[in-house]
Amino acid sequence: MKRKLKLSDAVLGLLMFLFFWQVLAWIVRRPIMPSPVVVLPLFFTSIFGELGLHLLASTGRVLAAIGAAVITAVPVGLGLGQIPKLDRIFSPLIAIVYPIPKIVFLPVIYVLMGITDVSKIFLIALIIFFQILVVVRDEAANLHPELILSVRSLGAGRRALFRYVYFPASLPAVLTALRVSTATAIAVLFIAEQSLTTYGLGYFIVVETYQVLRYPQMYTGILAMSLLGLSLYFIFNNLELRIYRYRE
Amino acid sequence: MIEIQNLTFAYSGRPSIFEGFNLRIDRGEAWSVIGPSGCGKTTFLYLLAGLCQPLSGTILIDNMPFLRPRPRSGLVLQDHGLLPWSTVDENTRLGLNIWEFYGSDGKHAPTNKKIDKTKADQQVDYWLKKLGIHGLKDQYPGRLSRGQRQRTAIARTLVMEPDLLLLDEPFSALDALTREDLERIILGQHHESNLTCILVTHDIEVAVIMGKKILTLQHGFNRKPLILENDCAAMIDNTNQAAFRNKCEELRKILGTVA
Repeated sequence: MKRKLKLSDAVLGLLMFLFFWQVLAWIVRRPIMPSPVVVLPLFFTSIFGELGLHLLASTGRVLAAIGAAVITAVPVGLGLGQIPKLDRIFSPLIAIVYPIPKIVFLPVIYVLMGITDVSKIFLIALIIFFQILVVVRDEAANLHPELILSVRSLGAGRRALFRYVYFPASLPAVLTALRVSTATAIAVLFIAEQSLTTYGLGYFIVVETYQVLRYPQMYTGILAMSLLGLSLYFIFNNLELRIYRYRE
Repeated sequence: MIEIQNLTFAYSGRPSIFEGFNLRIDRGEAWSVIGPSGCGKTTFLYLLAGLCQPLSGTILIDNMPFLRPRPRSGLVLQDHGLLPWSTVDENTRLGLNIWEFYGSDGKHAPTNKKIDKTKADQQVDYWLKKLGIHGLKDQYPGRLSRGQRQRTAIARTLVMEPDLLLLDEPFSALDALTREDLERIILGQHHESNLTCILVTHDIEVAVIMGKKILTLQHGFNRKPLILENDCAAMIDNTNQAAFRNKCEELRKILGTVA
């Protein structure tokens, strides 16, 4: 989806979502499906308290993972894209590793790195890393050699080439990769946060609410996590649209 | 200005293009370089631009060897090399921005030139107007015609006030009027500021219009330069005159012997 979401559409979508949620609540009529009328007020009061802290912790982890992935994957991707020899050596490995769902490495990472914030962030960063790596590599490989030569002829060395060519050339691809991998990243965060942590929405939803049958509270956590995913998605989407203006 | 001594060059695993090649180009001269496609015309330009390095021999510009593009050499390539994500104005400014990025370090940018913002603005505006693309300054290259893109590429180079201008097929795939207009602008700059111009082309007429001296390159080893002196240069409005036609014919014969 590469369209700007209009505010009216967002509101309409939200209203429809709440409507179907309410209908489902009426049909199911069990504690596991509380009505939005119960959950929403609870959400708005707790988001400024304990729930807010869980949301902050999760947001921090995702952002740290995104940052780490971007900082490492962009230079590696550029290097592979611009040095065909290097790419020929590593592309079979990347082709094999890229599609593996990285979550399966969770136990390995936990044992090697300990069940800390670092290992959780590492796992999420790993997923985003490969997404960015692949698109940046392809983008850099597709840059016209003439473009690089003529910018070099204007005096650009390695640093100026990065600043004026490689960075702006790969930025749209990075944003696309981020937009596409947000959902996976948050899914993995949800799983990673279930063990040995005290803050984080995954922990809140599973340990603090689900396992002790606090269903309405659990839904506030689900809402917060959805909000996190939605916000990141739309931020990346809008940045992308803004940058893609020249292609219109 | 340019002194090529004993130049040998080949792409790895391919036969040499130049072997023991010598050539001297004086300041303020206008040269055309012509030859069959694949003969190494563009490579010749890349060597002069510092984008390729000789296997052996030396190329001196102003008595100095160079291992990277000289700040005062300007290069315009056939496919323009514009940044697709930048507007005409931003593209025209690119070279100045790169100089500013490095500061006057003498390596990437000339030492004796301070870039001051208002002067840069004036210069960019001057060249955009002179090349007739001022009205397009906020457009992206993707929305421009080939001619407009080539004008932008030329503006980007001339803004930097080069003392050596290297042009690779700058008029290919342009309509006749645009071509003549750009020929006039480049010849005008050549005369006004004693700019040394070297233009690579496969078009006989363009070679005769743009070069007081015409260098013909051939397939395979270029050892001795084949140079045709040309007194018909800059005859943009008189291409039907016998002298011009004869010169074209003469060049055609030379090309026939190397092809």
